Amino acid sequence: MKALVRAVALVAVLFVVSGLLTGSLIESVSISPYFLQVLCLAGINIILAVSLNLINGFTGQFSIGHAGFMAIGAYVSSFLSITFGDRIRGVVSFAPEAVQNSLLLLAVLAVGALCAGAAGFLVGVPSLRLRGDYLAIVTLGFGEIIRVFIVNIDAVGGARGLGGMPKLANFFWIYLFAAGTVAVVTRIVGSSFGRTLIAIREDEIAAEAMGVNTTRAKVLSFVVSSAMAGVAGGLFAHYLIYLHPNSFTFIRSFEIIIMIVIGGLGSITGSVLGAVLYITLTEGLRQFAQYRMVAFSLLLVILMIVRPQGILGHRELRHFLGKRRRASEPPPPAVAA
Amino acid sequence: MTTFLQQLVNGLSLGSIYALIALGYTMVYGVLRLINFAHGDVYMLGAYAGYYLSRKLKGSEPSLVGALLVMLGAMVFCAIIGIFIERFAYRPVRRAARLTLLITAIGVSLFIENAAQLVFGPDPKFFPSLAPRADFLVAGVRLTSEQLTVIAVSVILMILLRFFILKTRTGKAMRAVSFNLDAAKLMGISTDRIIAITFALGSALAAAAGVLIGMQIPKIDPLMGINYGLKAFVAAVLGGIGNVPGAVLGGLLIGTSEVMVVGYLSSTYRDAIAFGILILVLLLRPQGILGRAQKEKV
Amino acid sequence: MKSNVLRAGLLIAAVAAIVLLPAGCKRGGGDEILVGEYGSLTGTTATFGQSTNNAIQMAFDEINAAGGVLGKKVRVAVEDDQSKPEEAATAVTKLINQNHVVAMLGEVSSSRSLAAAPICQANGVPMISPSSTNPRVTQVGNYIFRVCFTDPFQAEVGARIAWEILKVKKVAILSDVRNDYSVGLQTFFRQHFKGYGGEIVAEQSYSEGDSDFRAQLTQIKSANPEAIYVPGYYTEVATIARQSRELGITVPLIGGDGWDSPRLWEIGGEALNGCHFSNHYSVDDPSPAVQKFVADYRKRFNQVPDALAALGYDAARILADAMKRAGSPKGDKVRDALVQTKDFPGVTGTITINNERNAVKPAVVLKIENGKFVYVTTVKPTGT
Repeated sequence: MKALVRAVALVAVLFVVSGLLTGSLIESVSISPYFLQVLCLAGINIILAVSLNLINGFTGQFSIGHAGFMAIGAYVSSFLSITFGDRIRGVVSFAPEAVQNSLLLLAVLAVGALCAGAAGFLVGVPSLRLRGDYLAIVTLGFGEIIRVFIVNIDAVGGARGLGGMPKLANFFWIYLFAAGTVAVVTRIVGSSFGRTLIAIREDEIAAEAMGVNTTRAKVLSFVVSSAMAGVAGGLFAHYLIYLHPNSFTFIRSFEIIIMIVIGGLGSITGSVLGAVLYITLTEGLRQFAQYRMVAFSLLLVILMIVRPQGILGHRELRHFLGKRRRASEPPPPAVAA
Repeated sequence: MTTFLQQLVNGLSLGSIYALIALGYTMVYGVLRLINFAHGDVYMLGAYAGYYLSRKLKGSEPSLVGALLVMLGAMVFCAIIGIFIERFAYRPVRRAARLTLLITAIGVSLFIENAAQLVFGPDPKFFPSLAPRADFLVAGVRLTSEQLTVIAVSVILMILLRFFILKTRTGKAMRAVSFNLDAAKLMGISTDRIIAITFALGSALAAAAGVLIGMQIPKIDPLMGINYGLKAFVAAVLGGIGNVPGAVLGGLLIGTSEVMVVGYLSSTYRDAIAFGILILVLLLRPQGILGRAQKEKV
Repeated sequence: MKSNVLRAGLLIAAVAAIVLLPAGCKRGGGDEILVGEYGSLTGTTATFGQSTNNAIQMAFDEINAAGGVLGKKVRVAVEDDQSKPEEAATAVTKLINQNHVVAMLGEVSSSRSLAAAPICQANGVPMISPSSTNPRVTQVGNYIFRVCFTDPFQAEVGARIAWEILKVKKVAILSDVRNDYSVGLQTFFRQHFKGYGGEIVAEQSYSEGDSDFRAQLTQIKSANPEAIYVPGYYTEVATIARQSRELGITVPLIGGDGWDSPRLWEIGGEALNGCHFSNHYSVDDPSPAVQKFVADYRKRFNQVPDALAALGYDAARILADAMKRAGSPKGDKVRDALVQTKDFPGVTGTITINNERNAVKPAVVLKIENGKFVYVTTVKPTGT
């Protein structure tokens, strides 16, 4: 019951915030469209970073093909909304337009996520047998293969890009899904399944020896992670209303990796922080665009040498808002008399 | 038939380039178990070094000696860069988790690419003519002097490398380090020095590849290392990563299959071929064609 | 748990907002008109963007010196799209949302125009492409215009070069799958050439950015064409010319306005001798308007202006003219004035914009001889 109340409260708050930001609530109150765009891109990055962290940070499997799943979600959902958008709308034509749009968005996102998750399964099953560097390279390879396939499919514009999607995504939806992603991943990590994943990360052979079906666990987290990336891709497509395969190269995958590494690999809050920091720095330093990537990459190397655990390491926000002590944490040491 | 033979020649000359770059990957992986993502960018730096050096020679007639000097210059330059990267980026994290190493390598690669775009400008540059041009017609197949040079130089360098690894003391030390780093240290081998030499050698070979490619396809740009580097890496894995003849075999195979696919199927699948092969190899025979299966000890 | 997320989320949003606030906007002031320009100042087609940009600057400098438009000076905000379509979309979004430009000039490449046009259309910002020739560009919406001819016509010129000037019956096609311009041109070329009775003996493709075309050229050679149609951009075309000669292919290459660049000869060299291409204007055109433009451009930029520069010049001047006729820089009024453009004296010819928002103009055929683009003939569109 408490969860339901919280969920409704969240939706209401997001609604109000979104309305304030876009000027749809109070006429004269809004922020510049550029600003709004940055916030929305940050939200999409949050979904990408948190979902990648599930597989990289918590399960310890190094995947650098995340952009491929994002691409699948983006292209599948766009293809659907362009081709079948009217038909889907027709099904609920009795409802007001806003509701129609919302349902259309949810429908195409769901299918996009499903396809991305399926792709995650297809990629995961063979690849997750491999370890470390090999897994990284295979996932990189799969990401590129997905992109090359998209380039060759003329029906989605191929190398020339795809446009014409309705602009269904906005601040409200993006942040609703971002909050949802964070909630889902937090729940997974806190559950016994999450402990399985962490066990695999810490020592896979020991986990196997303890009776954990490591392959099944790895594939499952991979599928969930890919599906969420698919959602991010769908939102991305329906926000920017233009897609091009060049937006989904391994450079994009690397960017997401940078985000979660900066924030701290085992920390959800870290991923959120890393995603926001990254987009803020990217946009804020746009005038210095050429120097920006040079600085970022140098920073990454230095970070790895000096503080490889990132800003938050394994810690979460609740460690800092420490008033409520969670049952799973050890009690503070007794003070010597 | 001549078309097929011509495509074969095209494939062999492309494959030789991949082989030269793959050698660097395989040697570094052999000693450090590290995938040096930045290796492709060293290849790019070699091409640019060759470009600027050959512009210094501008005005004088294209000659074989001049071309050789340019190549040697580029090789020395990149050897130094390789040592630099190892010393300042990889050595501090050598004992860290594999993930950290990989991310560091990615960071170095991105850094070199973006710095190159800044310093050289992002637009492609075009290599001036280095060696004198001559074409040969053999059984209906056309061999340009560039293609011949690429194949010949690659073969010579690979033979030299093999000699170095098998017959010299340093080469023996390199093999020891790649077998077991700690044991080699215990045997009194200065592992830091050997690792530095490995990087230097690999980078020099990549630089040679860069100059050769500049001679053959005159266009160079700061991001050329990404594509070539990745495919060369696939070649190294295909042949058996850590295995020197394997890298050569892998390079030739990848180069030839790429040309065949582009010629007989479609050019748009060009990049997918290398990755497709990679995935097949890793799923069916992860140790590569010539490699040996590694058991993981608990 | 969710309240933590909420707190975190709102906190971060606030921080980000504060940090980004100074990343402000460059608006047009009250006493100047801000026009946006997006182009490929860097990347594989860098000379396209640079030439166009030079000419646009020159045009507006002349206009401002003569009093400006509607009593105000015109300023151009330029964004580089690095020769990439997705960057074109981003550049245009930024120019509209952050700089609040009233009109947009760009792009040369049809693919990049197609990426940007829907954004301009959705925001009611009139966009004039100086040199995009793919018909789909202006079909995006009624705010999208061009001042050059379109590819169905250009491909016909290409087919006539093959059939009438070079007098060949068997042609091979080597096109760039990565951009709409090339794909469109080769489709229309095939239709026209076959219509004359010609035969397409081989078809191969490449991707913009490739540098090795030997595999495709080897296949083409085995089909024994009498000419090769290469409707791509100059960087790849020049390399293709070189590699084809190295492989022993001696037949001429035919192309379109994508060839026009000072770097074409620089990269391709003698391999290009005897090749022909269709273009928008010729530097040797004796008309006084053209010669004055060539002289002014040469004096200022130390270079002979190519067709992209000439078209950029015309596009800028037509925009200013439309604003004057509309009496206002507002998007919808400028759009209406643009559609009514009739007989505008441009350096690329007399320009009338028709109801499809395209310009109906003749094309010139140029032949490459020892580094020079030599004028061969003019082809008028059928029906004029």
